[in-house]
Parts: sequence; C-alpha cells; structure tokens
Amino acid sequence: MKWVFIGIIVAATTVGEVLQAMGMRRHGEIRDFRPGAIGRAVTVLARNWHVVGSVVAMAVSFFAYLALLTVAELSFAVPATAITYVLETALAKYVLKEQVTWVRWMGASLVICGVALVSL
Amino acid sequence: MHPESARLRWKTWCCAALVVFSNVFGNFFLKRGMPAELSTPSAYITVLFRPLVSLGVLLLILWLASRMALLSWADLSYVLPVTSIGYVLVAIAGRVLLNEQISAKRWLGIFLIMAGVALVSGATAPQTAPSETEPQGARQ
Repeated sequence: MKWVFIGIIVAATTVGEVLQAMGMRRHGEIRDFRPGAIGRAVTVLARNWHVVGSVVAMAVSFFAYLALLTVAELSFAVPATAITYVLETALAKYVLKEQVTWVRWMGASLVICGVALVSL
Repeated sequence: MHPESARLRWKTWCCAALVVFSNVFGNFFLKRGMPAELSTPSAYITVLFRPLVSLGVLLLILWLASRMALLSWADLSYVLPVTSIGYVLVAIAGRVLLNEQISAKRWLGIFLIMAGVALVSGATAPQTAPSETEPQGARQ
C-alpha cells in the first residue's frame, strides 16, 4: 500500500511543481509586493490553468503524504519522495527548456544524496 | 556585479528564505498537531480545524504563495536545490528544540545538502531561461 502512496505523491508533486513553474514563468516576474498588487496578481493567476492545475496536483500530493505518514515512518517517506528532484530537474531541462548546467546537476545530485543520508 | 543581476539575486535570496522558513515551520506545526491516525475520510477535513494544524496549513499557504512568486523569475532547477536547505534546518531544529541526537551519517547528509545549495546558489544565476522581456530563443 505504501508504494501506491509513494507513486501518487511522486507523480502529483512532479506534475504540480512543473506546472507551477510553467504557469508562473508565463505570468512573468512579480515586482510589486504591495497588498493591492498581490490581490490583482492572485485574480490573474486564478485564471491561469497551469497554476490552478498545479494547486490541484499539490493538494493531491499533500493528502497522499498525510495518508502515507499513517502507514509509514518519516524516515521512509522523505528519502522515497526525494526522487522528485531527479524527475523535476530533468523536466526543467526538457519541458521548461531551462539551461541546466553541470553545476546544477552536481548540486541536485549532492542534495539527493544528502537528503537520503539525513532521513534514512 | 551588474545592478540588475544584483537586484535579482537579493530578491531571490529574501524570497527563498521565506519559502524555506514557511515550509519548515508549517510542517513542524502540522506534525505537532496531527493525531496518530486518520481513520475516516471526514477525519482528513475535521483535523484541519485543530489550532496547530490550522497554523501549519496557514504557513504552508504562505509557502505556496512565496514559492509561486519565486518561480515567477527564478528557474525550477535553481529553486529546487536552493530551497532544500530546509532539510538541514529541520535536522538542526530537532537538535536544538527537541534535543535529538544527530548521528555521523546525518552530519554527512547535512554537509552534502549544504554543499549542493552553496554550489547552485553561489555558482549559477537564478535565471538562465529567456525572460518575457526578451524574444523567445534569444539565449537558447
């Protein structure tokens, strides 16, 4: 059962975070942090289907994570979900067309190993 | 450093700090407030009204909002490793606040995460993809 939850979490997190990056990149840089401007940005973003889809996917991932924690230890849950770093960095390169230099791959790899060591 | 890239870097660091702190404390309060098990589907909803859980959820909403703001200018492949410094804060908070022991293996993990964060945040700019002010493909 816990592997089903892991599968749901990894898929939903990856899809959610890539959609979020896609939607926000399409929206453009947020420069004005006054409350009125933030309110206007929220109304614009509520009609951005990438952003709406990302929130739905991240909610699915959140509830699946709560469910996972009832059947598995945190020390199993955290490293098992760290696989999303690999998937998302690959998608950042091929879907979001970011310039993922070897420095970033190195950084992401160090973080993945570190997360595994900290939580195992 | 070019004034525009200095401005972007400073803004990126402030926003990344907000992303990390809201995530770490949001999860901390959520775990503190959660009951041992959620037996029925309605329990997933009613649990949200416990004080510590709702504080955690509010902080996680702040996390979502600040992460969205950060991603409006910074690359995902930059944000991912840089915000993972949160794992280090969780381990250190466990040591300081809950008096947990940090094993040698954990210290090594903390060191690797910090090295990864330092490498990406120090040696790469937050934004390498073309921004909306440039024609598509200008820097491909």
